[in-house]
Amino acid sequence: MNHYDYQEIEGRSGGYWAILLALVGLMAVAGYGWYLMEHEGHWITGMSNQIVWGTPHVFAIFLIVAASGALNVASIASVFGKYQYKPLARLSGLLAICLLAGGLTVLVLDLGRPERLVVAMTYYNFKSIFAWNIILYNGFFAIVAVYLWTMMQHSLGKYSKPVGFFAFLWRLILTTGTGSIFGFLVARQGYDAAIMAPLFIAMSFSFGLAIFILLLMGLYNGTRRPLGDLAIRRLKNLLGVFIAGVLYFVLAFHLTNLYATEHHGVEAFILRDGGIYTTLFWWVQIVLGSLVPLALLYHPSWGKNRKLIGLAALLVIIGGLAQVYVIVIGGQAYPLVIFPGYEASSTFTEGVVAPYSPSWPEVMLGLGGVAVALFMVLFAVKVLKFLPISLADNMVDPYHKSGAADTASA
Amino acid sequence: MSKDVNATRRKFLGQAAALTGLSVAPGVFLVDLAHGKPADEPVSAKNRWGMLIDTNKCAKDCNACVTACQQENGWGSNEVNSRPDQQAQWIRKVNLKHKATGATYSLPMLCQHCETPPCADVCPTGASFRRADGIVLVDKHICIGCRYCMMACPYKARSFIHEVLQDQSVNAPRGKGTVESCTLCVHRVDRDGENAVPACAEACNEEGHAAFVFGDLNDPDSRLSQTLKKFGSRQIRADLGLNPGIHYKGI
Repeated sequence: MNHYDYQEIEGRSGGYWAILLALVGLMAVAGYGWYLMEHEGHWITGMSNQIVWGTPHVFAIFLIVAASGALNVASIASVFGKYQYKPLARLSGLLAICLLAGGLTVLVLDLGRPERLVVAMTYYNFKSIFAWNIILYNGFFAIVAVYLWTMMQHSLGKYSKPVGFFAFLWRLILTTGTGSIFGFLVARQGYDAAIMAPLFIAMSFSFGLAIFILLLMGLYNGTRRPLGDLAIRRLKNLLGVFIAGVLYFVLAFHLTNLYATEHHGVEAFILRDGGIYTTLFWWVQIVLGSLVPLALLYHPSWGKNRKLIGLAALLVIIGGLAQVYVIVIGGQAYPLVIFPGYEASSTFTEGVVAPYSPSWPEVMLGLGGVAVALFMVLFAVKVLKFLPISLADNMVDPYHKSGAADTASA
Repeated sequence: MSKDVNATRRKFLGQAAALTGLSVAPGVFLVDLAHGKPADEPVSAKNRWGMLIDTNKCAKDCNACVTACQQENGWGSNEVNSRPDQQAQWIRKVNLKHKATGATYSLPMLCQHCETPPCADVCPTGASFRRADGIVLVDKHICIGCRYCMMACPYKARSFIHEVLQDQSVNAPRGKGTVESCTLCVHRVDRDGENAVPACAEACNEEGHAAFVFGDLNDPDSRLSQTLKKFGSRQIRADLGLNPGIHYKGI
């Protein structure tokens, strides 16, 4: 096995500081948006008593799901023994922590009473999957931090495999918990399905890896450190498998619903009549976010073009956001079936598709979470040794014969 | 001799006292029941409060139950900034038309006070809870405003407070950033026990419709239990198996 040299990035360039400044700016605007929401109340948002979870939840859930998925690269090295992934493991753990922190920031700041966070940490209803998630999220921080420690301190290296295994199990349980937030909602037509848990796990694999690939390419490009095709090629092939995995679970979910007459209403809404949700589902999630990236990643010549691989990863992220939007907002917009067999009307938009348009504080709060995650990553790689100096092919795989890998144009 | 007299007197007095006790005690006992429970006595599972709503008696254009609830609990007029879909709705009138037969119905929809409430199941802090006597409430002190209960409620019975509120009712403290719903007029129930009449039911009676019957589902002799037994009822979304405390008749 190869010994890699890790080094902090220099982080003195104008570009580095400009990115940090932009992220701080984004966080400041998000902070102001949150201040308004917290001060005035949620009436300034697009959320209502019908759409109780809005755009902040879309970002929060996306980031939390992606966080557990980002850890996969490290798991493949530690748990499944693929040594070629080992040099990427530190960044993988770091990204997992940062994405989770970003997601939780959004989730907590969108609470009606965010100052009562301590209540959420001291009062537990153990029948609630939300309560379990609070423990799972906090545990994830601690376990991944220890995992990183075992990876970064040479004397603790021998523990990285068992700790990595534990972290892998933990992240599977964590994403099961996140998916079950929706899976356990018995009364909503769009949710109440056990498949939500494995679907979310598949989504985490895909979103997390897409973000990891983009970040890796960005960091190595920005620091002009060598990044060989071998690493990229493995990651992009894996991304393709994960995209297909998500598609499989989405297909199984909708086919099952289409078979049951009681779910025809909600299926017709998402797949055919739902306006923005139908558009987001077919065009953004399926075509742009799944089929196009699959074509880009597996096409004999496009799949070797690094820019197109980056584009594919970006499209997976956009498609993923659309997918979470359709699940979270679309699932609420479709009216509750309180009186099966009846047409209902009331002063409370009974039986009507609930309208929703995101307000700027919501969108900014969500983007603020992304900014928090990215800022943390960029800061951490400057102060600690997360990134190998070289990810050239011969460093990633010492048994690699030069020329055996398809060369990709940078 | 004097000993005998004393013994007779003692016996007489004892019997008189026992007789007085026997005749007064039931009255005292009943009066005590009618007054509900003292404030320092915890609620018990001895009671399960519920209601029957007869949709045949519910007039389509009547909104008296909603207005009464608003006045009693202080909602409906003090959310000045919120859009209509953001304003609280503890109770709402729903008009129904059967898709196959065209039959129409009108009924009030409120928290159904489920025996196994999904809102309480999903609440991370336990702020949403079911009292031993079946009333489902929100503890405003530990509600963090996550709205998961609103996602879980099958009846759309819960409201989130979207703004700072003024002019609240002493009967129901409310607060920005927390979730609330029908309390079954718990302040009246705690005060009057089984003689309590929630504000909605009271208003309906005053309108002459008398569509509501409030009472103790656990007491087989209560008017509610007797009416349910005699005429039968339906629980909304009974398929979910939540055993709501609110029953409907006529749909």
